Order: sequence, then structure tokens, then C-alpha cells
Amino acid sequence: MSVSNQVRFLASHEWGRIDEEGVLTVGISDHAQDLLGDIVFIELPDIGKELEAEEETAIVESVKAASDVYTPLSGEVIEINEKLLDEPELVNSSPYEDGWFFKIRLNEASAFEDLMTEEEYNASCEE
Amino acid sequence: MVDFHGWSMPIHYGSQISEHNTVRQDCGIFDVSHMTILDFHGPDVERFVRKLISNDVRKLSEIYDGLYSAMVNDKGGVIDDLIAYKMEFGYRLVVNCATRGEDLKWISNKSKDFDVLMEERDDLSMMAIQGPKSLEVLGKCPTPVNLLKAKKRQQGVYGNDMFAAKTGYTGELGFEVILPHSKAVGLWNDAIKAGAKPIGLGARDTLRLEAGMNLYGFEMDDSISPFECNMSWTVDFSDEARDFFGKGALLKKSKESNFELVGLVLEERSILRQGQEVYFDENKALKGLVTSGTYSPTLGKPIAMARVPKFSENTCFAEVRGKKVFAKIGTPKFVKEGKEIFKERL
Repeated sequence: MSVSNQVRFLASHEWGRIDEEGVLTVGISDHAQDLLGDIVFIELPDIGKELEAEEETAIVESVKAASDVYTPLSGEVIEINEKLLDEPELVNSSPYEDGWFFKIRLNEASAFEDLMTEEEYNASCEE
Repeated sequence: MVDFHGWSMPIHYGSQISEHNTVRQDCGIFDVSHMTILDFHGPDVERFVRKLISNDVRKLSEIYDGLYSAMVNDKGGVIDDLIAYKMEFGYRLVVNCATRGEDLKWISNKSKDFDVLMEERDDLSMMAIQGPKSLEVLGKCPTPVNLLKAKKRQQGVYGNDMFAAKTGYTGELGFEVILPHSKAVGLWNDAIKAGAKPIGLGARDTLRLEAGMNLYGFEMDDSISPFECNMSWTVDFSDEARDFFGKGALLKKSKESNFELVGLVLEERSILRQGQEVYFDENKALKGLVTSGTYSPTLGKPIAMARVPKFSENTCFAEVRGKKVFAKIGTPKFVKEGKEIFKERL
């Protein structure tokens, strides 16, 4: 699956995308959902929570295992995808669109450029 | 694909949960050729098999009948679980792939004083066709056996190199078919054409867990007695003259065993997995251990099996990622033929 170059990644398989100025939408990659298998539960952060970059923010539990989801950048949680609480399978079927996890207002928007590009991320998955 | 004890096997062919639901509602086919098939021949064959396993094959009244049993070591621990079938030539034992090495070593060692021959049938494949529509699907496959003759559970039929028994690891109507490699692919393709969907190891695990069936290395191992893993019913002491391996230890354990296998159902959004401790009071004075845990697609809730001290508590709790998670305790069986059968302790 190819994604637009507006999306950047962490090596730990999270993606972040600037959907509106200063706001980062976060989810997990297609590769990650494929590794996890069917996802059955998701725990999301509280709105208003202040996050440090690469802090454990959400939990995704699949038929195989539970994994932490890290925020790529620091900021304040302003929205969560409550649909995932009842339909966690959206992460499997639409990891980059309907399966987003949360949105944060970035403390420092320029830090986005430091995240991995899709090409760098794909290369890291093959290692 | 994963390496499963030397066999390259698929976890799923697409979605594990939809494969699970297919077997509960329709029909699925599993390639279970990794299972080890052992045929026993020779003048002493009945005497030996009665000595080898904890259940008594004397109960098998008709040819091709099967029974579930444990093979037990001198300390009363489970070396393996298996199904034994009565055959024209003697007995056929279907044992686990994960324990194959230990089983063969144990059996070879113990058979020295018997006039019996063990033949490993690595020339045979095994396909499991499971689900409420399995009989219908197999009816559309050109097989040389009449499955309608298998009326009770664990009864087999045999014809023209094909052995099919009414067994399975899912809690649904189904058959396990043992046949030569050369015919296995044909049966697979015929079953798919007739409406069966391929099912991987992932759904095999969630199906057996819902059905309350043990998995070696999880609910049981060579340090766990049959009494501690819901297999008491496979230990047959009724013929006092029958001495079987592990009998002495088991007679003792049948009175002393302080642990039992129970089922757990959680109303919370958290899965308890193998190795997780469970507690019954704030002091954590007593502990139990989760042997297998998963999300039950049929119940829509997390379920688990756990080995816990024998007493009548009806709830327990675990600590998962710093949070207390509560579970109801009940029967180590959750689903049968598509319906919930879990019974909570009152």
C-alpha cells in the first residue's frame, strides 16, 4: 500500500499526518496491522493529555498480542477516534483512513520533518 | 506462514476471526498433516496399548472406534494427549507433532518387552473438515467412504486407503480424514469446490479454546497430571488388573491434587494470556496461572483457561499493564456447536 508523502513514520510502526495546520493525526501502519492480525481491542488516551514524543499513548490488542502505540511527536491530545472502541477492525481494513487513533496539537510543527519518510520506513521494515 | 515444529504452516489465509466464524457457522478445512500417526501391530498389540495409555482401549467395542487419552510418565505428568483407534491390524494412535520426539523415545523404550511393532505413517496426510456444513461438503466430495456410517463421536470409517473419523478440535460437527499424500490435495480441492474455506493455525487455536480442548505445552505438560488439566475422565482405573505406565503416581495424585483447570470469562477489554497470574484476594495468598487466553469471536469477549487452586471462588483478578482486571470463573468449556455453554460458578 502506498501512502502520500504527507505521511511520516516511526520505526515502531506508527504513522503521523498533518491533516490541518499544527495538528497531527496518528495511526499504525498497514505493515503493523498485518503483523498483529485481527485487532480486537483498542485503548485510547484521554483528550487533553500532554504527550512527549515517543511516549506510550494507546494500546492495541490483537488476537496475537497486546502492543503499545507511541506518539510520533509531542503535543496535546485533542481528538480520539471513538469509533475504534466498537469497531477495532477498522484498523485492519483501513489503517490510514478510518482506522486513525488520535489527533494531537503539535508543540513544535517543524519536528514533523524529522520523522521517517515512507521510503525510510519501508526500508526499516525490511531489515 | 510460520515454522511450527519443522512444518511451514499458515497462521491465517486472510482474517483469523472470519475463519473462526466460518467453522462455527459453515465449513472450514484444515491441513493437519503435521500430526503424527503411529500404527501398532503384533501379537502383543492390545496388551501394549492398554499398558501405554491412561484410558482403556478395551472400551472400543467396534472396529474404527476411537477414544481420547493421555500418555503419562512415572511421575503422573502428561507426556502427550492422543486419540487411539481400533484397527484391523491393531491400533492407530494420533499424537501431537510438538511432542513427536519425546513420544517416540518413550514408546520405543517401553515397548522393549512386548512383541509389538510401531510404524510411523509419514506416508499419510491428514485433513480436518469442520463445521455444521462439514457433512454436506464431504457429501459433495468423491470419497470412497460413507461418512454416514460414523454415527457417534470418534467413530471412524475406512475404505480404499482413506480413514475418516468423526473427530475434531473445534467443538463442531466434523471429520478428520487420514489419507495418502497423493490423494490429499485432491480432497482439499474437492472440499474447497464444495464450499469449504481454508483455515489456519490461528483460528484452530481460538476454536479449540472456545471448545475447552487442551493444547500441549499450555494446559498440560510432563509436570501436570491429567487431574489438573480437566482430563480425569481419560484416566481409567476401572479394571484393577490393568497396570498402565504412570498408574501408581496417578492413584496417589487422584487424592492429592490441589489444582484444577477452570474457564475464565472477562467483561473487560483485556486479554489474559499464557503465564498471567490470577489472584483471589488482596493479599494474593493464593495464585492461579492462565494456561491459554484469547478473544472469543463467538462470545465477543475475552476468555481464558487457568489452572487454579481447588476451591469454590467464583471470581478472580489479574493485573494487566498496572490495571486490575476481573474474570468470572466457570467451566473450562465455552462454546459447543455454535452456542455458548460456559457455566459460571454461583
